[in-house]
Amino acid sequence: MWDWEYAISIMPALGKAALVTIQATGIGFLLALVLGLILALLRMSGPRMGWAVSALIEFIRSTPLLIQIFFLYFVFPSFGIVLDAFTAGVIALGLHYGCYCAEVYRAGLEAVPRGQWEASIALNLGTYATFKDVILPQAIPPIVPALGNYLVALFKETPLLSAIAVLELMQTAKMMGSETFRYTEPMTLVGIIFLLMSLVSAAGIRWLERRLNRRSAR
Amino acid sequence: MNTANDATEQPMVRFDGVTKSYGALTVLDDLRLDIGRGEKVAIIGPSGSGKTTVLRMLMTLERINDGVIWVDGEPMTHMEKGGRLVPADPRHLRRVRAKVGMVFQHFNLFPHMTALGNCIEAPITVLGLSRREAEERAAELLDLVGLADKKEHYPAQLSGGQQQRVAIARALAMRPKVMLFDEVTSALDPELCGEVLQVIRKLGSEHDLTMLMVTHQMGFAKEFADRVCFFYQGKICEQGNPQDMFAAPQNERTRQFLRAVMDSV
Repeated sequence: MWDWEYAISIMPALGKAALVTIQATGIGFLLALVLGLILALLRMSGPRMGWAVSALIEFIRSTPLLIQIFFLYFVFPSFGIVLDAFTAGVIALGLHYGCYCAEVYRAGLEAVPRGQWEASIALNLGTYATFKDVILPQAIPPIVPALGNYLVALFKETPLLSAIAVLELMQTAKMMGSETFRYTEPMTLVGIIFLLMSLVSAAGIRWLERRLNRRSAR
Repeated sequence: MNTANDATEQPMVRFDGVTKSYGALTVLDDLRLDIGRGEKVAIIGPSGSGKTTVLRMLMTLERINDGVIWVDGEPMTHMEKGGRLVPADPRHLRRVRAKVGMVFQHFNLFPHMTALGNCIEAPITVLGLSRREAEERAAELLDLVGLADKKEHYPAQLSGGQQQRVAIARALAMRPKVMLFDEVTSALDPELCGEVLQVIRKLGSEHDLTMLMVTHQMGFAKEFADRVCFFYQGKICEQGNPQDMFAAPQNERTRQFLRAVMDSV
């Protein structure tokens, strides 16, 4: 049932694939964090813009990520935008999760008391300084756990990139399986690698959360 | 448009036919009020009479529906364009707003900054002071409000009275010509009011500041203000020097109000 020799022989290749998964997760999530913040801020900037952004977010959240990945990779080239598989996949992940993050940012921004905005006006702070120095430092610490959940969720969705043949963990395991007709070892190992990395990132988020709490409780 | 000379003769603040309404509800109705340079004006009145709205409009926290507010000889809510007054753009608002500072009922300190941090944020980012200059100035002001030893404390580590004094120092750090105090002792336990009022008293004597305060502390209004305005249903019902007004109010509404608040003390 379980062949240790085979399992050990595929580990280096899976290790390499794990790096691709980590890269896709890291870049994708960074993109989601930045994009989510931009979308959340744009939504606050005025009624018309707010409506347009809300519609975009709703649209992206209500369609499957897999379709978005296919769209970026297979349909965009017909508009003259050719992306390699990794780039298309990472952009799709970032865009999709950016929309979820935008909702989280919104909750954080709305939780900042109105008095903080009024004090910023009374002190004549500009829009940029108000956000950077007053609002965001209060809006973000409470939403770190929610953002962290999306990091883990995004990480677990990276196997979808195998659909456009990005050589991440899942795709690598699939290829190994189809070459040797042994799926047990690669799939089990991939599962374990995902589990370990999820646990590590969850612990990292809890640590960050505790640190931020300590800071704001001062 | 003004020479320096007439600027000193103009009132520091002028409400010229200012009206504010929320939908069908008129909060302030054709307000006309001049406040002189260095004058201390107390605004009193029952809740819902529009008194807090007067300060909020002057701080540009509320838009006005009609009329013009002038500050230091120039229009604040409007600007001159082709010889006419048009609604102010954000840049104009920001420039004129720099002359006004405000202290809030609920302090509104930045909770993630120390007392010193609260007092240097705007001087650095808005006035462009260096960190050292801003810190020196903030330290002086915290000393003025009696909190020299609390510079490194966060708002959560300070009592309400101390927080409100930090808020006063923070507003002063922007060197406003007009200071607005919006029920600054209402959120405080009675035993903490005194230390805040003491600071305001000190400002009145040490600084040539124009001060407008909405207050429920009649004793303080009487002793501190040059003039008291009694607001009722969005209008100034009666105004005058505090001695006369508290001793012999002319208007029936004022009499009723003063009787009610004096009884409750």
